[in-house]
Amino acid sequence: MVKQKPFDKPSLGATMSKNRISYLMLAPYFLLFTLFTILPVASAMFLSLTYFNMLEPPQFIGWGNYLKLLLEDDIFVIALKNTLLFAVVTGPISYVLCLLFAWIINEFKGKLRALLTLVFYAPSIAGQAYLIWNIILTGDRYGYLNGFLLNLDFIQEPILWMQTAKYILPVLIVVQLWLSLGTGFLAFIAGLQTIDKALYEAAAIDGVKNRWQELWFVTLPAMKPQLMFGAVMQITASFAVSDISIQLAGNPSVGYEGATVVTHLVDFGSIRFEMGYASAIATVLFLMMVGTNKLVQRLLRKVGD
Amino acid sequence: MIKVKSSDGPIIVKETFFQKTFRRERKLNRSRAGNAMLFFFMGICGAFMVLPLIMIVNNALKPLDELFQFPPRIFVRNPTFENFTDLFISMSEAWVPFTRYIFNTLIIMMFSVFGHVLVASMAAYPLAKHKFPGKKLLFTLVILSLMFTWQVTQIPNYVIISFLGLNNTYLALILPAWGYGIGLYLMKQFMEQIPDSLIESARIDGAGEMRTFWTIIMPNVKPAWLTLAIFQFNLMWGNTGFLFLRSEELKPLQFAMQQIAAGGARRAGEAAAVGLVLAAIPITFFLICQSSILETMTTSGMKE
Repeated sequence: MVKQKPFDKPSLGATMSKNRISYLMLAPYFLLFTLFTILPVASAMFLSLTYFNMLEPPQFIGWGNYLKLLLEDDIFVIALKNTLLFAVVTGPISYVLCLLFAWIINEFKGKLRALLTLVFYAPSIAGQAYLIWNIILTGDRYGYLNGFLLNLDFIQEPILWMQTAKYILPVLIVVQLWLSLGTGFLAFIAGLQTIDKALYEAAAIDGVKNRWQELWFVTLPAMKPQLMFGAVMQITASFAVSDISIQLAGNPSVGYEGATVVTHLVDFGSIRFEMGYASAIATVLFLMMVGTNKLVQRLLRKVGD
Repeated sequence: MIKVKSSDGPIIVKETFFQKTFRRERKLNRSRAGNAMLFFFMGICGAFMVLPLIMIVNNALKPLDELFQFPPRIFVRNPTFENFTDLFISMSEAWVPFTRYIFNTLIIMMFSVFGHVLVASMAAYPLAKHKFPGKKLLFTLVILSLMFTWQVTQIPNYVIISFLGLNNTYLALILPAWGYGIGLYLMKQFMEQIPDSLIESARIDGAGEMRTFWTIIMPNVKPAWLTLAIFQFNLMWGNTGFLFLRSEELKPLQFAMQQIAAGGARRAGEAAAVGLVLAAIPITFFLICQSSILETMTTSGMKE
């Protein structure tokens, strides 16, 4: 960081060459990032303006996909409604739970702390552990949940959990909540680790009386960067719910009850081979996430004030 | 506290395990009732979270008749290792010797995890602590990239990888992994918290930027890059690369095991064993990283 006098501002080229070490350190990452992320995303955005069935070259059709998606696609409306429900319900709840659990676990020490972290992170760690819900929710008497309820005489007949419209969405929300203590949670755990312990002593002298005040006035402001990171990861996770819906409820699910924007996208992309249309869905979803993120980051700036 | 009377008179005070656990907290702003409440809350939630893991372990030890028992029981009655021996037999009958699958997994995991942590951290440092034109744009691009659905970028990705001639090589999985967005974002957020004075004093001592990065920055954000290693390991563990790795000789262990697990009811026992193996490996890696994170506890955060 070189301080510059306000009056003789050097040219852009000169500033860039002065900072060449910064660019050198960035180069390997951004080369790969451009090749394997920016280029594919840019191509997908271009494809959203085309008709592309993956066999013939894409044909440019302008806004056609977007018009069809927003005006004519009835299933997209259901998918959008469900996705917003996931975003509004599971997003904030699991964000707060991530923070709460990380904060409580931070009170523990040594082996017990590592074990507790494992217990709460376990659903996300074990790859496709959520497939175990398939066995729990099996629709016949062999399903754990049915067996359990039959045994207690709560129900007389096994329930087809994932084939009955009214159960699909609530069950998916529970599974998504269970699954969502992932990235944000671990980042918070690590963030709490790096807070300077002297801050707590200083706060106690300044009159912080209990753990809740300590959380709001000391801990949260000190880990703002992690809070922002966690928010972005939570948004991307809850807007993009799809795997659990496809694996547990099927795609398409009964009455499209489990449909989300991404399952709709997968339907068009991998089943109907309409890649242009799928890309348009992805772009709309992208814009929704960007908007939500702007809003959430503005809220987070107020933490600890 | 447990008071122990020694023969000569003075009373030695020993702490119980519980007291040791809460030692610091009892000094500062922690009430006993609050501790008890949180303990209770954690117990209930923890049981719900860990239930499926318990089922994975128990299912792997169940003989076939117990797997299809009614009413189903969570806990195994007659534990057996039959499922694992069956799995071992299936694996050794595979087309490719199964040590080859293990080797493939090791290569892919090692390079993609270490490479990503290194490359992303090195890029995160200037983004967090230097001032230069384009900084904000680059960072915004990374965050935005996290919000684009990966399903539709697969085909462009395939075209790019084929164009670079990386198709059917390990690099087709490893190189894209180095450029993932998550690592740069995570590392940048943590590096932002390092006090500037720490970096200034390294500069005064004559350290170059690479040296500052390696000796000041990285040790100070150890919890962050260990966490990133866990994320990356999990991401890559789920990434079996079926699209890019066509030769059986290059496929990772997870792929081979999932093939066996897909064998239907006849292989239900083996599938349960596969479930345990595929969960146990990332959990082991997780525990190693977490205990290293805990070791940094003694340095007690970032100080100026």
